[in-house]
Parts: sequence; structure tokens; C-alpha cells
Amino acid sequence: MSDFPHTPPRFSATFTPAVNAEIRRAAASGIYDIRGGGTKRHLPHFDDLLFLGASISRYPLEGYREKCATDVWLGTRHAKKPIHLDIPVTIAGMSFGALSGPAKEALGRGASEAGTSTTTGDGGMTEEERGHSKTLVYQYLPSRYGMNPDDLRRADAIEVVVGQGAKPGGGGMLLGQKISDRVAMMRNLPKGIDQRSACRHPDWTGPDDLEIKIGELREITDWEKPIYVKIGGARPYYDTALAIKAGADVVVLDGMQGGTAATQDVFIEHVGMPILACIPQAVQALQDMGMHRKVQLIVSGGIRSGADVAKAMALGADAVAIGTAALIALGDNDPALEEEYQKLGSTAGAYDDWHEGRDPAGITTQDPELYKRFDPVLGGRRLKNYLKVMTLEAQTIARACGKNHLHNLEPEDLCALTMEAAAMARIPLAGTDWYPGKGGGM
Amino acid sequence: MQRFDLEAQGLRALNAALHALNGQTNETAWEVVNPKGSHSIAVGLDAPIELTVHGSTGYYCAGMNKQATIRVKGSAGPGLAENMMSGAVIVDGNASQYAGATGRGGLLVIKGDASSRCGVSMKGINIVVHGNIGHMSAFMAQSGNLVVLGDAGDALGDSLYEARLFVRGAVKSLGADCVEKEMRPEHLELLADLLKQGEAEHLAKPEEFKRYGSARNLYNFNIDNASAY
Repeated sequence: MSDFPHTPPRFSATFTPAVNAEIRRAAASGIYDIRGGGTKRHLPHFDDLLFLGASISRYPLEGYREKCATDVWLGTRHAKKPIHLDIPVTIAGMSFGALSGPAKEALGRGASEAGTSTTTGDGGMTEEERGHSKTLVYQYLPSRYGMNPDDLRRADAIEVVVGQGAKPGGGGMLLGQKISDRVAMMRNLPKGIDQRSACRHPDWTGPDDLEIKIGELREITDWEKPIYVKIGGARPYYDTALAIKAGADVVVLDGMQGGTAATQDVFIEHVGMPILACIPQAVQALQDMGMHRKVQLIVSGGIRSGADVAKAMALGADAVAIGTAALIALGDNDPALEEEYQKLGSTAGAYDDWHEGRDPAGITTQDPELYKRFDPVLGGRRLKNYLKVMTLEAQTIARACGKNHLHNLEPEDLCALTMEAAAMARIPLAGTDWYPGKGGGM
Repeated sequence: MQRFDLEAQGLRALNAALHALNGQTNETAWEVVNPKGSHSIAVGLDAPIELTVHGSTGYYCAGMNKQATIRVKGSAGPGLAENMMSGAVIVDGNASQYAGATGRGGLLVIKGDASSRCGVSMKGINIVVHGNIGHMSAFMAQSGNLVVLGDAGDALGDSLYEARLFVRGAVKSLGADCVEKEMRPEHLELLADLLKQGEAEHLAKPEEFKRYGSARNLYNFNIDNASAY
């Protein structure tokens, strides 16, 4: 044996231990990895933007005295009964089926106490949800599970879902473990099957059809309800423009950080764009059509704090939606449950096997033994607290920028920390008046 | 008889007037003239009225219908009677694509042909087509019955669940997981009733049909079925 030193073991940057583990998992199981949540990769995000604050050239508002309003109107373009929310942080669509009945109830309670709306999902409207939600948005999805005109009329708004950020171009998925008797009945499906929702609507194709479909929904509801169109962050300039052209009152834009109940990991991680890159394109479309602030823009995908809310609004959004953050507020992935997450082969903070229906927090499950653990009143209170904190944080920043309404935040209040964020958000790199692409095309 | 001139009075006025009816109304006979292919005629009805449209309709005629019986003396555009809950819709002519899409109940009768995706994602509706149906019909059909006196196009019943499909003529091809099934006495009985309801009992006999349904092989993921997905 030589006395020369050996070359030390060197891991491949391409075939990392995680990559190799996935190859072995695929080889052993013969099926792609399915999981819940949104992308876990590092992306340019709101953290890469900063507020400038006021100084001599702009003066701030007194943090504890001067008013900074937070309310928002949604659906003022065509609806006879637009929605008025106290805060611009809404709860995104999440289905009964993906979530337990008590979890849906908690979302309704928390949202209502905080003065905002919650949203149904790919499973129809439940009584728990309608009963506990002061303002409820009813999703109109390709699957049309549970769709009926009575629920359309008792909703406060209708959201035509074209796509979602976690999987633009993909449909829903709910595996057999979660198709309980009640879920099966609501969806008119056999119990225990792996249910795949369609990726396209069954009765319209393309923007011209969408306009006619929106017309039908307006006729059915006598032009009362605001009609939202939800798109995944894929081609936000054109999709926003087409949604506006089709007659949307509100455009909901979901970036790839947006979560899902269950989808292929390859889809979650490799399809779609980060929300930071989506917002300026959508705002550009609204402005080009003379519709900014007339058709409202709700953005979602990785909103976590009042700072994120303020940054999204400074970029031109009218409101935001939260999903994953709301579930964490309810108790999802709580370290107090670490022992149980370990038993499932995961750890608190990383648990994403929501499709298996074994959530120890009782949120992403249909198992009565598990969802009984979840207290919807306490969960609702926690969500309300969190929403209030986010709002206070956003107000704090807005006042520091001299704004008496969150909607008065503007791109000029921001700077970017990285070239990537500057290019995507079209916000000057800190210390400069320049961002990549400035003066050029889209 | 309430007579409504759609061209003169407008769509919003028509649907608003029909929505204002409740279950106790004695205004049970309605006719609409001059439809001229308008979209969303008589959508979201919820009263046991009889409404006849004299002429052809555009998209989504009778969408989400409950209780009402709607007759179209002409042809119907895409999405006819989409998501119907109950009642009946009878079209004398042809229907464009997605007729009866996601329908949850009631009866849809098309006396001419239906285009592609007839009965897509149907969830309990009964559909009787006197003529032929186009490709991808009954795609992901969940429940209910589709009766076709003529032929069916490509990929009939692709990825369907528990819906029953009865076709008298030729089926160009079956979609993934759709197979021909045994016609048992209870199916003949059901078919006889559907033909009667569909105003087709004089046109065909139950024994002339074949039954198609789900092989149920795709109900749970199995890598050996990957080529079907």
C-alpha cells in the first residue's frame, strides 16, 4: 500500500446524496414522489427587497398615532355586491378533503374575526365553512365537485380557477387514504380511490369561451357576485390580460411558492415562476389595459409576514392570499409534535406527506381520531392573531414610508438586494437607479 | 303563456324574470322567441316551469337547471345544460361540444347529434342522444347514464368512474379503462325506462345496445398501468 495520501472522498455536486436517495426511492417504488406544500428550493423572493423608509425627501407618519388604513374593495368592476374587507390578507382556496372539517371551520373563524375572506377548494362548500365564514369565496374548478347553483348564490364571490402556482397546467390530486365516506359523497366518487381532478375546465377552452362562461355565472347569480379568475404563475402578463378581457372583476395570481394538498414533487419544483417575477408582469398588464385598481389583483405564493404583504402591495397588488402560512398558524408542523413526525419518518418543519392523511396536527387529514385533536376555536383564534400581526407589521412599514393607506405603497419605496430580484421585480438594485432590463422590453 | 322576445327585451331581463319565479308560481308556461344563438339562455332556473325556446341557442343554454323543463326548437351551442341538477332539457336539433357536462341530475335529450365531450365529467345526469356523439364523450364520467342511439367517436369513456354508457351503433374506440360490460336484465330495464323518458322508445329497443363502463383498473395508482395515464 502506498504511503501517498489518498484523494479524499468527493461528493458530486450533480449527484448529491438527496438526488441519489430519490433515484433509489424511484427505483424501489416505481412511482414519482407525491407530496404537499409548495416549492422548497431557494428562489428570489420578497426577502431580496427592502423598504427605503422616509427621510428628508419624504416624511413618515407617526407609528402609534396617525392613521394607516388597510381596507380593500374587491369586485368593483361589474358586481352589484362587491366585497369590502378590513385587511388585505385573504385566505387562499384549500379543499375540504385536503383539509379536515374542523380545519376549514378554523380558517373561517379566524378570517371572519380578522375581517377578511376565506375560500373553498376542490371539494365543494361545507356547512362548517359557510357557517363560520363571514365572507366566503366559492371556487369554480375544473372538477366541479359539489358544484351547484345554490352554493353559487350563497357565496360572496366566485373564483374561476384556471391554475395554481404549485402546478400551473396540472389538476388536483387526492389519494385514496383521504377519500372518506363524506369526501366521496361530496365529490360523487367511489370511496378510497385515488382521485385525479381535471387540469382543464370541462366546458370551456380558451379566453373567448372564458368570457362566455363568466357571462353565464353572472347571469345565474344575477350579476351580484364578484368573479375572480385565479391563474398560476406561468405567463402572468398574457394570462392577466386575457382574464381582464374575459371580464374578471379580480385576478388572483399564485406564484410557484404556493402550496398544494398533493402533487408530484417534480411538478412543484420545476413548473411555474416565483411570485416576485409574476407581480410586475401582471401589474404591467393591468396598467396597459387601463385597469390597475379597477380590476383588483390578489397575489399569493410564499407570503409569510407583514413585510411580504407590504412588498407585494408596493409592487402593485391590491391584496394577498395566504395558504401555507395559515396552516402553520393553525398548528401545522409544530415542533411540539416532533415525536409523532419522527414516527412518520419526517420532522417538524419538513412534514409534507399531507396526501397520506396521517397529519398528527389533525389539519390535513380525514381520520376522525386525528382531526378530533384539532380545536377549531383555538385554531381560529391563532389565525386571527396571526392575521392581525401581519396587518400591524404592514402598517408599520407603510407609515415609515409616509403612507396613510397600504395601497399607497409604491415601487419607489423599494430597493433590491440582488441582481436577480432587481430584474424580476423591476426594482432598482440598492444604491443605484438601475435594474437589469430597464428601458428594454418585458 | 308568458312570451318573451329575447331580442327586444334582453338576456338579463329574461333570466331575472325566470329567477324571480318560485315553486308556487302559476306562470308555468313560457316561450322565448328570437334567441338568435344567444348565450346563457334560461340559466340557473329553479322552478317547475315549462319553457320553450323557438330557435337555436348559443353556449350554456339551461346551465345549472333545477326543476324546469326546457325545450329548444332548434340546435344548441356548447355546454348545453351544463351542471344540470334536475328537471329536463330537450333539444330538437343538434348539440355542440360538452353537452350535459358535469350534470348532477335531471334528463338531457338531444334528438340530433351531439358533438365531442358529450357527458364529460357527468355526475348523475341521464343523457339520451338520438343521433351520434363525438370524441372523448363521457370523459371522466362519474355517475349517471349516457344512452346513444347512433355511433360514438374516439376514446369513449376515457378514465370514467361509475357512469353507465349504452351505445347502439359503432364505437370508434374506447378510452383508457373503459370496457364493454355484460348487459344484465336490470340494465335492459333501466334502458327501456331511459328510452321512454328520452322520447326514443319508438326508435330503438334495449336489446340493440351494448353497455360500457369502467374496468376500474385506474382507480388506484399502479406503475404497471403507467402507459394508460
